[in-house]
Amino acid sequence: MKVRLKIWRQENAKAKGAFVTYDFEEVSPEMSFLEMLDALNQKLIKKSDSPIAFDSDCREGICGSCGLYINGRPNGPEKGISTCQLSMRAFKDGDTIYVEPWRAKPFPVIKDLIVDRSAFDKILHAGGFISVNTGSAPDGNSILVPKEYSDLAFDSSVCIGCGACVAACKNASAMLFVAAKVSHLALLPQGRPEARERVKNMVMEMDRLGFGNCTNTGACEAECPKEINLTNIARLNREYFTAKVL
Amino acid sequence: MSNIFNSSIGKKLMVALAGFFLILFLLVHLGINLTLILTESSKPFNVASHFMGTNIIIKVFEVILFTAFLLHIIYVLILQIQNWIARPKRYKIYNFSQISFFSKFMIWLGGIILIFLVIHLTDFYFKSKFGHIGEITYDNISYYTDLSSLVIQKFQIPGIVIFYIACFLILGFHLWHGFQSAFQTLGLNHKVYTPVIKKLGMVYTIVVVSGFTIIPLIIYFTQ
Ligand code: HEM
Ligand code: SF4
Ligand code: FES
Repeated sequence: MKVRLKIWRQENAKAKGAFVTYDFEEVSPEMSFLEMLDALNQKLIKKSDSPIAFDSDCREGICGSCGLYINGRPNGPEKGISTCQLSMRAFKDGDTIYVEPWRAKPFPVIKDLIVDRSAFDKILHAGGFISVNTGSAPDGNSILVPKEYSDLAFDSSVCIGCGACVAACKNASAMLFVAAKVSHLALLPQGRPEARERVKNMVMEMDRLGFGNCTNTGACEAECPKEINLTNIARLNREYFTAKVL
Repeated sequence: MSNIFNSSIGKKLMVALAGFFLILFLLVHLGINLTLILTESSKPFNVASHFMGTNIIIKVFEVILFTAFLLHIIYVLILQIQNWIARPKRYKIYNFSQISFFSKFMIWLGGIILIFLVIHLTDFYFKSKFGHIGEITYDNISYYTDLSSLVIQKFQIPGIVIFYIACFLILGFHLWHGFQSAFQTLGLNHKVYTPVIKKLGMVYTIVVVSGFTIIPLIIYFTQ
């Protein structure tokens, strides 16, 4: 199959950047989207053009490094997948495909389609952890966790920190990411001792980094590859109010 | 408690709390207005208006109401400006699915509501406070400003009727997202209750919009 790609090219953070059109004919529907970009890059390298810079690592939807904004949606037209899980079957022969990097002030473009997501790391450093004394391993089941909470905590913990929520949000808000990280620790007894400080510090860091504010629009939930839902944001709000007011 | 309103979540809390107050206010306002069409006599409306304009407790609520509007608008503006700044470079193509539709337009819907408010207050509120409105006597005792006649007179003009109805529709769009959104902002999201809240929001919005819309229509076509 044949596609027309319009890909954002930008030399570095300071450069202006523009879309470059590539007509690519050697595409098979079995290729993943990233394999298609690999193949295109081989072609560019053979012509001594600079290859398109994009991020990827695991290529199986668990590391969160690959996100691209494809035809107006994070990770392309399908639901609940990251970009590396997108297959060219999702497109038709002759389609025009726009590929853009995540766009948000706290995620500056490094080159082409790669953005700097260390803002997420900074939020995690502000509180997305529990402090434990190292020593011998604790006995299993010494802390009992109700099944309901362990399930909910698990659902929140599957966030891979990809930033699709920020990319999708009209306000470039990081609330879904922060909510997932706060929730998954807040729901477990191990996370409770530091819960108040955690939520205050993570929200403060999120605001400081210049992410937008949540308007309960729900684009994040619709586009999250791990289908993290808005109940996490409500829980984040609750945790925040109780930490601040009580 | 310190600096809670400096944070994004705290500012949203303020917007939502003020929003709740405005939601309650609309119900009271609608209730009083309905007396215009539910009874033949102008007395209930004028008596109620007189009470709302003079009662001391209502005066306190009036101050809270104006404060709520002010806080709602100020915080919404701060949040909106921050949101615009957070995405300096826009996408070429937008193609989102499954979102709360009107949430994308809240600031513009709100802006229109604000313009409406100014016009509406000039039409009635400021006139009743500072202007000259004819007085009317019931049962030889009390004197009331005859707001009822003023309303009926206003709604003889097709342009004004259409303008009011258009603004109520805009208000309805604002509430279609806003009602349930305010609960989410307060952190109230629940498997069982949230679907109920969403339905309640729709019922509330439909009641308020159709209630406020039907009043100018009935007055225009019957008086
Ligand atoms: C009677 C009038 C009004 C009512 C009943 C009302 C009600 C509400 C409610 C309930 C919300 C949801 C709050 C939340 O999401 O937590 C809201 C949001 C909002 N309101 Fe209003 N509002 C009114 C007037 C206005 C005015 C005059 C403006 C603007 C100048 C405005 C601008 C906004 C904006 C931009 C939002 C979105 C905030 C967000 O999504 O985070 N509203 N409103
Ligand atoms: S919440 Fe979803 S979209 Fe956001 S970073 Fe986590 S996995 Fe990605
Ligand atoms: S490359 Fe790891 S999630 Fe896509």
